[in-house]
Amino acid sequence: MLSITCPHCGPRAEVEFTCAGEPVRRPDATAPMDGAALAAILYERDNVRGPHEELWWHRHGCRTWFRVVRDTRDNAVLP
Amino acid sequence: MDHSFLSIARNALSGHEGWPRAWRDPPLQPAYDAIVVGAGGHGLSTAYHLARDHGIRRVAVLEKGWLGGGNTARNTVTIRANYLREPSMRFYAAGIRMWEGLSRELGYNVMFSQRGQVDLVQTWAKLRDVKRRQASLRLLGVPFDVITPREAKARVPLLEIDAPSRMPVLAATWHPTAGVARHDAVAWGYARAADAMGVDIVQDCPVAAIRREGGRVVGVDTARGFVAAPRVALCVSAHAGVLAATAGFRLPIETVPLQAFVSEPLKPVLDTIVNIPHLATYFSQSDKGELVIGGGADGYPSYAPRGSFHVVEEAVGAMLSLFPALRRVRMLRQWAGSIDLCHDITPLLSPSPVEGLHLSVGWGSGGFKAIPIGGKALAHLVATGTPHPLAEHLLLSRFERGRPLFETAGASNRL
Repeated sequence: MLSITCPHCGPRAEVEFTCAGEPVRRPDATAPMDGAALAAILYERDNVRGPHEELWWHRHGCRTWFRVVRDTRDNAVLP
Repeated sequence: MDHSFLSIARNALSGHEGWPRAWRDPPLQPAYDAIVVGAGGHGLSTAYHLARDHGIRRVAVLEKGWLGGGNTARNTVTIRANYLREPSMRFYAAGIRMWEGLSRELGYNVMFSQRGQVDLVQTWAKLRDVKRRQASLRLLGVPFDVITPREAKARVPLLEIDAPSRMPVLAATWHPTAGVARHDAVAWGYARAADAMGVDIVQDCPVAAIRREGGRVVGVDTARGFVAAPRVALCVSAHAGVLAATAGFRLPIETVPLQAFVSEPLKPVLDTIVNIPHLATYFSQSDKGELVIGGGADGYPSYAPRGSFHVVEEAVGAMLSLFPALRRVRMLRQWAGSIDLCHDITPLLSPSPVEGLHLSVGWGSGGFKAIPIGGKALAHLVATGTPHPLAEHLLLSRFERGRPLFETAGASNRL
């Protein structure tokens, strides 16, 4: 089990959290948008092999959302 | 080389030292008519069908390790067709029909054993769902029946249905055409048959990048240099996104670890596959006697082939709640396969944004069962440029058309 450090509660067990994956870059709401551009935002991911910036949610704790950089090759949480 | 009774008897008398190599170890040529990246089940099956169905024999299958050593070796070999959506049901049902004749077709015993699958139903919502699936599958001629807990107990005597339980078994389903096969034999059988038609299987040859000129693929860069080909088929798991990035596009895929483990060998205790969707675990017994147990997926993307201990603990706990007789069984080994999971849990068997580059990726937890049909459909796409009629729902364009095909019947998302 991973140890994830919540910025509010400190290091806690992985089961307290939900990983929401890659942060999505929100589009400009006023820009015109076709299906391909929408699919890129909604579905496509970089799926990085290496240091991966991702969103975690302290679901069973203080419910803070925060960013973690984790190496997807060995799951080491990077500072 | 054949495996007739006579040849087996003759080789037995000479101590099994006279068997020839089952496939060649060819040098890498500078150019081919088609390159398949990945010598797993899907890559080998695709090469086999390119040569057999379409006469394209100047084909190389490039493998970074040894053939059949990736997720073909790490999965739990379940073959079934009880999916949620009609095009998926059709596709996998056609797959089962191919499995039924596969040993004869390849001249190689893939040990396909149609032992049937029992799924336990523990909520009323799931019961409604399986009744709907029963009706849909019946229309397609796929046997799938809702049965009572007593009938499930008769098929799986290990199952405890009378003890008080937090989630009692309300009903079950019986899918008699489901089965298991020997994973190595599938890879070896396809490798041997493809090699015999002239396909070059080049192992220990990692592909570092897809090379394109303008909008077209021209070949791949490997550890042994550049290899040219006008058509490239990507049949990789866990690295689809990494290779797609070298060709300049992204995929709707995340890579997650899916766990599995096997017990010590037991006397025969189970002659079907048992799936417990609500508790995210399923198991069957191998011919060696080991219980082969599939657990859940970890809750984060990762390329590390192990996963967290608590996922194993949950799978074992879930199993013991319904199969208490197994509580003293010890586990022999545990591993995870890094699976490429599409956003809608439906795989991609599709042209890519780069002309000439085709994809068979994102099979998630369910690629093994689709090896024969997936290879046939991808070979059709690579050779003709048009999707196979049974695989039109697997195109990448479904996302930009706003038509993702959300499946729920995968082991990573098993309700």
